[in-house]
Amino acid sequence: MPKPFATVLETATSLGNNTGSWRTMRPEYVNELPPCNATCPAGENVQLWLSLAMAGKFREAWEIIMRDNPFPAIMGRVCYHSCEKTCNRGLFDGAVNINMIEKSIGDIALDSGWILPRVTSSSGKKVCVVGGGPGGLAAAYFLAKLGHHITVYEAHANPGGMMRYGVPRYRLPSKIIDAEVKRIKDLGVKIVCNKKISHLKDIINDFDAVYISIGAQVASKSDTVIKKGSCVIDAMDLFQKLEDNPADLAHFGKKVFVYGGGNTAIDAARTALRLGAESVKIIYRRTINNMPAHETEISDALMEGIEILCLRTINTVDGDQILLDKMNYDEEFGILSKTGETEVWQVDNIIFAVGQTLDTTFFDGISDILISENGAIEVDRNMMTGATGVFAGGDIVPGKRSVTNAVGHAKKAAKGIDEYLGGASEVPIVKNAVAHFKKLNTIYFKKDKRTNILRPLNLSFEEILPSYTNDEISREASRCFSCGNCFHCDNCYGHCPDNAIRKQQNGSLTVNYDHCKGCGICAAECPCGAIRMVSEEK
Amino acid sequence: MSNFPLGNIGGTPTVQSDFARPNSLTGGHRGCQGCGEALGARCAIDAAHQTTGGKILVVNATGCLEVFSCCFPENSWSVPWLHSLFGNAPAVATGVAAALRSRGQDSIRVIAQGGDGATYDIGMGCLSGMFDRNDDVLYICYDNQAYMNTGVQRSGATPPLARTATTLPNKSYLGSDPQTGKNLPEIAMAHGIPYVATASIGNIRDLEQKVSRAINIRGSRYIQIHVPCPLGWGYPTAETIRIARLAVQCGLYPLFEGEYGKLVGSTPVEEPIPVESYLRPQRRFAHLFGKNVSANAVGVLQNIANGNMEKYRLNWEILDA
Ligand SMILES: Cc1cc2nc3c(=O)[nH]c(=O)nc-3n(C[C@H](O)[C@H](O)[C@H](O)COP(=O)(O)OP(=O)(O)OC[C@H]3O[C@@H](n4cnc5c(N)ncnc54)[C@H](O)[C@@H]3O)c2cc1C
Ligand SMILES: Cc1ncc(C[n+]2csc(CCOP(=O)(O)OP(=O)(O)O)c2C)c(N)n1
Ligand code: SF4
Ligand SMILES: [Mg+2]
Repeated sequence: MPKPFATVLETATSLGNNTGSWRTMRPEYVNELPPCNATCPAGENVQLWLSLAMAGKFREAWEIIMRDNPFPAIMGRVCYHSCEKTCNRGLFDGAVNINMIEKSIGDIALDSGWILPRVTSSSGKKVCVVGGGPGGLAAAYFLAKLGHHITVYEAHANPGGMMRYGVPRYRLPSKIIDAEVKRIKDLGVKIVCNKKISHLKDIINDFDAVYISIGAQVASKSDTVIKKGSCVIDAMDLFQKLEDNPADLAHFGKKVFVYGGGNTAIDAARTALRLGAESVKIIYRRTINNMPAHETEISDALMEGIEILCLRTINTVDGDQILLDKMNYDEEFGILSKTGETEVWQVDNIIFAVGQTLDTTFFDGISDILISENGAIEVDRNMMTGATGVFAGGDIVPGKRSVTNAVGHAKKAAKGIDEYLGGASEVPIVKNAVAHFKKLNTIYFKKDKRTNILRPLNLSFEEILPSYTNDEISREASRCFSCGNCFHCDNCYGHCPDNAIRKQQNGSLTVNYDHCKGCGICAAECPCGAIRMVSEEK
Repeated sequence: MSNFPLGNIGGTPTVQSDFARPNSLTGGHRGCQGCGEALGARCAIDAAHQTTGGKILVVNATGCLEVFSCCFPENSWSVPWLHSLFGNAPAVATGVAAALRSRGQDSIRVIAQGGDGATYDIGMGCLSGMFDRNDDVLYICYDNQAYMNTGVQRSGATPPLARTATTLPNKSYLGSDPQTGKNLPEIAMAHGIPYVATASIGNIRDLEQKVSRAINIRGSRYIQIHVPCPLGWGYPTAETIRIARLAVQCGLYPLFEGEYGKLVGSTPVEEPIPVESYLRPQRRFAHLFGKNVSANAVGVLQNIANGNMEKYRLNWEILDA
C-alpha cells in the first residue's frame, strides 16, 4: 500500500519507538548491604534468611545461617545481636526481633534433626585447632567443610569453652551446646577432650596449619586487699564448679556480693540467686550507664531482684566484712576518683568478676608471634599470627569478645588457612554500600509492633527464654524492610509510566532500557531502596 | 498513609502487578519523563480491560494523552480506540454506545476519556448532555489541572493560586484567582448519575477498585483521576507518585465515591499533613513562599483542605474529637 503523503514509517504500534534515547539517568537494581548484615560479627546474611523465614521456608533459612555460623540455636540465646541495634526498622516502629527468630529456627533444626551434607572432598591436609570453644569449633566446622582433616584439642572434659564454662545454663542449656557441637563432629571433626596443650611448640610441627582459640582463661587481678579471703571466689571458678562439681556449691552464701560490671558479673549474680542467695548486690565503680554488660542482661538482673551498687570499689576483704570506697565519676573526662567516704558490709560470699586475660605461656618459645601490650595476639587480615601457618582468633586477639566475634574470626581464618594450604584464593569481595534508612520509602510499610513474648520470672537453672511459634516466626520476619534488596513487591513494575520494567512469570524484574526514559519513579517508589539511579555515560 | 506496595507484599495484588497485565497503553509513547497521565491511563484502562475480559472501546478527547499516544502512523493503544475532537468525546462515546446497543453488542463497555481542559471546559456541554441522558458510558477525566498539551494554560480545574502560563503571578497577583474554578465531581453528582468517584495515581489499588466497579454499572459514570504533571507543575520527574500521594494526604484531593447524587464513601486520610508539604515541592506554588507574601495565601488552600476533610469525612479521628 502506498504510504500517505509525507509519511516514512509503516503504521505500527509505538513499541518500536525507542524512547530510551531520552534518558540521562538509568535505574539499576542493586543488592546493597542491609545494616543488620553489615554489623553482624559473623557476617550472616540476616536479610536473606529473614526473607526465607517469612515465606515459611525454615529449612532454607537455616541453611543460609549455617553458611556463616554453625550455631543458630546458640546464637539465638547468647548473641548480643548488634544487628537489632542497627536494624532500620528500629527507626520506624521497633527493630525486627532477629535474635528470637534465629533461636526459633535453630531450635526447629535441632527438633527436626536436620543434618549437614557429608563432606566428600579431601585435601589431605591436617589442621590442628587448639581450644574447643566457639572459635575453635567454628574453625573446625568451616575447615572440615573445605575437606581438611581437623583435630580439636580441648583442655576441659567437654567442648564449648565459655559457652559451657561461662554462660550459665538458664541462658544456654547444655543439651543445645551438645546438639550443635554434634553436628560438627558428624562432619568428621575429631574432638579430643581433657587434653591441654601446654605449649604451641609441642604440636606445631605435627600439622600443616594450626588455629588457636584458647580464649582468656586467667582471672584478672584487682587492687582489693584481701586479708582473710575464704569467702572470695572467682566467677570463672564458680561457673566451672557449677558445671563439673555442683555439689561443692551446696553451702553457698545467703548474702552475696559480686564485683564487676560486665556480663560475667551479671551472670555470676544471677547464678548466686539461683544457688539460693537471699540478697545479691553487684558492686560497680562507675555509674549504671557505663556498665559494659548488655542492657537486656542488666534489666533481667534487676527484674530478678539483684541490686546494683554503683560508684563503689572494694578496698579490703576481711573475713565476713568488706570495706567499700565510695567513688566519684566524671562522665565527661572518664575520670574515677575516691570521695573519701567508706562503707562496711557483712558478706557470706563475694564473687570477683573483674575480667580475664590470656595465658601467654602457651606461646613461649615461638618468637614470631607478637603479643600486644594489653596481652592480645596480633594477627593479619587473614587471622594469621607472626608465625607462618599459625592462625588465631576469638578472645585472644584484639577486639570485642563474644561468641559471635569468635565465629566471625573463625570464618575468616578458615578462608585464610585454606588459601595458605593451597586452596583457591578468595577473590576479595567488594563490599556493597550500606542501605541506610533514608534510602527506603517507608510509606509502603504499616506500623506493626515487634512480636514480643513474655519472659516469665524463673529463678531456677531451667532455660528462661521461650520460642516463637512457626506463625510468629513468619510474622515477625515479615516486618523486615528487606533493606537494599528487591523483595518483589512490583512497585517499580506497576508505577512505571512507560512500561519499561519487565516482569516475568516467575516474578523476576528487569529494566527495558529501550523504553526507559529515566524518570526515576521506580527508584523513588521502591520501598526497600533496591533501585539506584546512575548517570548515563556519554 | 500506609499504602501497601502494588504486589502481594501486605496487600492484595493489583492488576498493575500482574505479569500478564494488558498494557492497554504500551511503551514507546511520547509522554514526558514521569508523566502521571500516562500512568493513570494505563492503570484505569487495564483495570477496565481485566474486569470485562477485554470487552472495551475507548474514545479519546484531544490533549496530551491523545497526542503522545498516537503520533501517526504509530499508535500506543492495544485496545479499540477512537479520537475525534477536543470537545466532543462524550458525544462521540454516546454515539458509539448507541451503535453497539442497536447491534446487540452492549456487553462491550464504552469509555470516554480526556484531560481536565476537555472535561471541565470545552467538553462540558457534551458531558452534561451525556449525564443528562444517562448514556451508558464511563467517562474518565485525567486531571492534571491545566491545559498541558498547549503549554500549561489555566483550566477550570486549576487550583487557586497556582501559576500557569495564563495566570503568571506578579507583585499584586498571586496566581489563579481563588474565586474561580469549579468542582466537576460535584457537578457530575448533581446530575444524579449512578456513579461518581475521584481517584489518584498515588493510590493505584483504590483507583483500580473504582474503575472495576464503575465499568459494569449501566448508565453514565464519572471517574476523575489526579495525575501530576512534572513539566507543568515544576517538580522532579521521580516525584510524580509522591506528589499525588501528598495531595491526598493533605486533603486537597479528597478520594470519594458517590451514587445517584449522594456521597457514599471516602478513602480515609489516616495522618493528615499540612498543605504546605504538598505545595512546597511544586514550582507552580513557589511564589506563595516568597519573602513578601502573607501567610494567608497558603491559608486559603489550607482552608479548602480542612473543608474537604469535613465534607468528605476523610479523617474520623479529627471529626470525632
Ligand atoms: C560468664 C560469661 C558470659 C558470657 N556471655 C556471653 C554471651 O552471652 N554472649 C556472647 O556472645 N559472649 C559471651 N561471653 C563471651 C564469650 O563466651 C567468649 O567471647 C567466647 O566464648 C570466646 O570464644 P573463644 O573460642 O575465643 O574462647 P573460649 O570460649 O574461652 O574457649 C577456649 C577453649 O580453649 C580451651 N583451652 C584453653 N587453653 C587451652 C590449651 N592450652 N589447650 C587446650 N585447650 C585449651 C578452653 O578450655 C576453652 O574450652 C561470655 C563470657 C563469659 C565469661
Ligand atoms: C477546539 C480545539 N481548541 C483547541 C485545541 C488545542 N488543544 C489541543 S490539546 C489542548 C489542551 C488540552 O488540555 P487538557 O484537556 O487539560 O489535556 P492535557 O493536555 O492537559 O492532558 C488544546 C487547547 C484543539 N485541539 N481543539
Ligand atoms: S529491616 Fe530487615 S534488612 Fe533492614 S536492617 Fe532490619 S532486619 Fe535488616
Ligand atoms: Mg490537563
